[in-house]
Amino acid sequence: MEIDPVTLAILKGRFEQIADEMDATLFRSAFNPIIAEAHDASHGLYDAENGDTLVQGKSGLPIFVGVMAFAVKAVIRKATAQGGVNEGDMWIFNDPYDGGTHLSDFRLVKPVFRDGKVFCYLASVGHWHDVGGNVPGNYNPAATECFQEGMLIPPVKLYDGGEFRQDVVDILSANSRQPLSLYGDLNGQINAMDLGEKRLNALLDEYGAPVARGALVALKDRAATMMRAQISNLPSGTISAEDWLDNDGIDDVPLKVALDLTIDGDKMILDFTRSSPACRGPVNISRSTTIAACYVALKHVFGEVPANAGVLEPVEFRIDEDSLLSVKAPKPVGGYTETILRLIDVVFQAIAQVAPKSAMACAYGTINALSLAGHRPNGARWVMFSFFGGGHGAHGTGDGLNHGNAPISTATIPPLEILEAAYPIRFTKWALRPDSGGIGYYRGGLGAIYEISLLDKEADVFLFGERGKVPPRGIVGGGDAATNRFYYEQSDGEHTPPMVSKMVGIHLERGQHVRLETPGGGGYGDALTRSPEMVLSDVVQGYVSEDAARSDFGVVFTDAGIVEHAATITLRKERTV
Amino acid sequence: MSGRIVIGVDVGGTFTDVFVYNEDTGQVETTKVPSTRGDQSKGFIEGIMRKVANFGDIRTVVHGTTVGTNALLERKGGRTGIITTKGFRDVLEMRRRDRPETWGLRGEFKPVVSRPDRVEVAERVLSERDFAFIVAKEVKAQARTLAEAGCEAVCVFFINAYANSENERIAVEAVRSVWPTSYVTAATEILPEIREFERLSTATLNAYLQPVVSSYLDRLEQGLDAKGFVGELLIVQSNGGVMGVDTAKDFPVRTALSGPAAGVIAGQAIAAAAGFDNIVTCDMGGTSFDVSLVADGAAALAPQTAIDFGMVVRTPMIEITTIGAGGGSIASVDASGLLTVGPESAGSDPGPVCYGLGNTRPTVTDANLILGRINPDRPIGGKLDRLDVDAARAAIRSNVSDLLGLSEEEAAEAILRLANAKMAGAIRLVSIEKGYDPSKFAAMPFGGGGALHTGALIKDVGLGSALVPRFPGVTSALGCVVADTRHDRVQTVNRLLSDIDAAVLSHNLQAVANVTQQVVTSSGTTFERIDRLFEFDMLYLGQTHTVAVGVDLSEDLTIDSIQAAFDSAYKATYGRLLDGIPVRVMNYRVTVIGRRPVFDMSVFAPVQGKPSQECCTGTRTVWADGAFHEATLYDRLSLAVGEQIVGPAILEQPDTTIFVDPGLAATVDAFGNLVIRLEERS
Repeated sequence: MEIDPVTLAILKGRFEQIADEMDATLFRSAFNPIIAEAHDASHGLYDAENGDTLVQGKSGLPIFVGVMAFAVKAVIRKATAQGGVNEGDMWIFNDPYDGGTHLSDFRLVKPVFRDGKVFCYLASVGHWHDVGGNVPGNYNPAATECFQEGMLIPPVKLYDGGEFRQDVVDILSANSRQPLSLYGDLNGQINAMDLGEKRLNALLDEYGAPVARGALVALKDRAATMMRAQISNLPSGTISAEDWLDNDGIDDVPLKVALDLTIDGDKMILDFTRSSPACRGPVNISRSTTIAACYVALKHVFGEVPANAGVLEPVEFRIDEDSLLSVKAPKPVGGYTETILRLIDVVFQAIAQVAPKSAMACAYGTINALSLAGHRPNGARWVMFSFFGGGHGAHGTGDGLNHGNAPISTATIPPLEILEAAYPIRFTKWALRPDSGGIGYYRGGLGAIYEISLLDKEADVFLFGERGKVPPRGIVGGGDAATNRFYYEQSDGEHTPPMVSKMVGIHLERGQHVRLETPGGGGYGDALTRSPEMVLSDVVQGYVSEDAARSDFGVVFTDAGIVEHAATITLRKERTV
Repeated sequence: MSGRIVIGVDVGGTFTDVFVYNEDTGQVETTKVPSTRGDQSKGFIEGIMRKVANFGDIRTVVHGTTVGTNALLERKGGRTGIITTKGFRDVLEMRRRDRPETWGLRGEFKPVVSRPDRVEVAERVLSERDFAFIVAKEVKAQARTLAEAGCEAVCVFFINAYANSENERIAVEAVRSVWPTSYVTAATEILPEIREFERLSTATLNAYLQPVVSSYLDRLEQGLDAKGFVGELLIVQSNGGVMGVDTAKDFPVRTALSGPAAGVIAGQAIAAAAGFDNIVTCDMGGTSFDVSLVADGAAALAPQTAIDFGMVVRTPMIEITTIGAGGGSIASVDASGLLTVGPESAGSDPGPVCYGLGNTRPTVTDANLILGRINPDRPIGGKLDRLDVDAARAAIRSNVSDLLGLSEEEAAEAILRLANAKMAGAIRLVSIEKGYDPSKFAAMPFGGGGALHTGALIKDVGLGSALVPRFPGVTSALGCVVADTRHDRVQTVNRLLSDIDAAVLSHNLQAVANVTQQVVTSSGTTFERIDRLFEFDMLYLGQTHTVAVGVDLSEDLTIDSIQAAFDSAYKATYGRLLDGIPVRVMNYRVTVIGRRPVFDMSVFAPVQGKPSQECCTGTRTVWADGAFHEATLYDRLSLAVGEQIVGPAILEQPDTTIFVDPGLAATVDAFGNLVIRLEERS
């Protein structure tokens, strides 16, 4: 059905509002801060036949934008095998190998019926606080099988023909260290699904299913057209980029993420076949997660393309089976965030070679999942769990942002006052990290230093991070950022983990501290061409040390702290040769 | 002798609007003078002088100001220092680790206080107990260093002081003893609420605004004094209430949205008088469309507002949703062939193509012009002599019609439909999305362009009607005259409900309310009555977002009564309760409102109004709903009460143009408002 362009534009806004409002409902009513504050959740509308993404909320976690379609496909496959879906059904699951990401992310999928047929599916995903496994909070860098990471639930019915299945909830609750939090988050997701269905039905009453369906088809076609136009603007040919993960937490060997990107007219091929094979530790990801991560990277580069399946129509993926980027059960996947951040980094590095103006240097590239856990005097368990920030990469139009969130998320960090009020800890430092941004014509944003000391008698510390050995890259001649650093205090002084940014079961006693120093973002362009006044300003602000200003940027200051131009020109000439 | 004249003054970017109300005669007068950039107090005084000979006759001047707003948006506050806890000088710059846009990592942020001006002192408290004591000598030395470096204002902010403010209090005392001016802000005096970044940002912006807003208000007071003014000067706050000028100097951050808030308050009062409890105010300017919801007679307040990326102000402000759709919004066709309107805008300079000031890309105003809805010979605002219809037409032809295969009129109407759809989306966001039924709401347009679009909004959103005030151009100045006095206080509690002593809490709430009431009554204003409102921010243990729970203190609070109030608030918001999970009280909030006597809106009723046929000034061809129509033109201000105009019609007046779409009818009500509804066909 042909839809006139104005109605199409209006319906586009209406559909997006439905998904946005589902996001907002879950964020406000969720129990765990990973959803409520970090917005590690997402909602959307999906195709009735093949599960393709039709519409996705704007405020959810970007990485889910691409991956949710695979979740809906998994449910369609399972339901078809069981004789089809019925009105009033709602499915729940977290299988990371079939439409999932990692075990913490629980999905709800529900068909919306119109005139006796499925019009589309609604889906909700949220990161739950604890789903069992060996480590509270489920970031277990020592896992070698998914069974050590938490419970794995295949698609099962939470509602069967409108009937709520408490027995399913009982199974889930019994397998979590935080059953009340789980129950609260699940209710928040159900609230969001109820609201989405109500809003969608109102829209269908108003416009009719044929017009609404026609609009969804047209929007997908237009997204594909737009993506083709964007690809056509790039020069044809093949470019390559490689980056590395430090290690998998089990074997201390680097893992390669390699991309050969081919532009062929209005088509793009993303070939990852030169990447490492699957590893023993938990940094593997499934094929669907790989595709989703590329979608996020492309959307960062080409901001205007809409959030639906049409975007990936002109893109072909080549990923080896059973590789790091297409893993099968039961290889562990808990640290999937680190690997998808590296995928984004290689796409950025490849794009920088053909379209430097619109490219961004690598961001800090690790989520640094840090947890401190202990027992209160009454025996109750406490788990402080958070992700930490770092610098954004410099880009063709300016310096990188200091202390930003990861490219895969729009998460905010919890206030330290909330953490201190809730847990027996005290922050002793919460500051920018000087000299952590990659040098360049534009400088990378700064990472941060967080120092936490323990007020309780004892606690265990777990860290899952990356970029401890291989720094975030600069582009177009810009420098790399500082690497990730983690220190933990013991009675004989400070130590660093053998895997640098990954460790389980560090034992802390009262008064001892841990300190995380996060990477900045990569630099852009030649540092020796950066305006000396900007370098001076960086020194005055304390972003760059005076030593680095001289050695890295080639800028010389007088004793009074002003730029010595003649000496600067001479020094820069020497350095260039 | 105190006078009997009340004056409202709204200073905008282009014009200063003055609203004069004589309490003796009940008469009102309005005037408009050009705003005086640089020192707005000049235009302010000139405006009043136009209408009042003897300033001694003025009892009250109420002012809606954009001095604070502009200083924030243009980063033109005073140089400010921060004295903070050792280890935490970067809290302001690190924000909550966010970014301005979801897609594309190209954000930038420059905090209003530069890093060298943020200094640390050895100090640390926990929320429950003292940890390290403070040395006043070190604080004084740091303050002197900042002052010598050239800081005009300073903010003292310590971690956890929301719960334990002793160190911060000692430090502030030390700073005040050495600081050369009175521009010293203590973060917990501004906002004793948990969440360090939000508290620091709010307090820092307060300090940053103090030199600018305070000195402006000083000049204003001096200017008024020199003219013999002996009455009270009140300032509109972002929460829609007014405060005394001395309070405004201490808390300038509360003026961040002073001007727009005054407009919403006026809308609320006009609507209440006209018998409308539910309205959506729509202020359409050159680049943006501001929407605010008034439900059951009360404007919606947002607890926190970002003035710009990373510039967070956490004090209650009237919730104003802004979208990029104004008269200057540019229409274009994107790479996939989809028509888009805005957010890119030609603003007011160069402005729409028809202004002839250099822009060649078609805008919403150009579309309105070629469809006959705007009179090219009488542009509003008085800046231009006439509008260039041919240029607007050519721009729409080459940028839209040719690309989409539409006629110029069809293309122009498509631009309007899309702009209307965006405005409708903004209205839905504040109404339907929050569970309000739009058919129970009326749109109230103000500003120059809004009344051209209200008909479409009635049709698109299903709003019940539109209410066009008699003088949409001076709405904000009227709002100053009708606003109540209001003060909000907050205090973090952060305890399980079961651990709370309800009697002690009641006592504390009353004590805070008593102190707040003294602030409200200190300016000497006469009130009809004083209202005290009490609210808790509450949540289930484990959640981080709160629901607002209103409580009634006329009866003694008990744990059970608080739990019951929470249950009903939570159920209303999310539909289901979660049994067995304990409940926590995060903050309490106290609001004291001094209600001003109700302003009699019937002063706007047209006197010696004429029947509609005598107000008819001609006809013009307009395009609407895919066809040409012959619209009748009227002189709006001459219409008598009760007159009805059937669309298509265009009503003109100096400060706005009203388009009554085909199928709609407009009636003049007893207060001079125009009520537009779907035409009832018999």
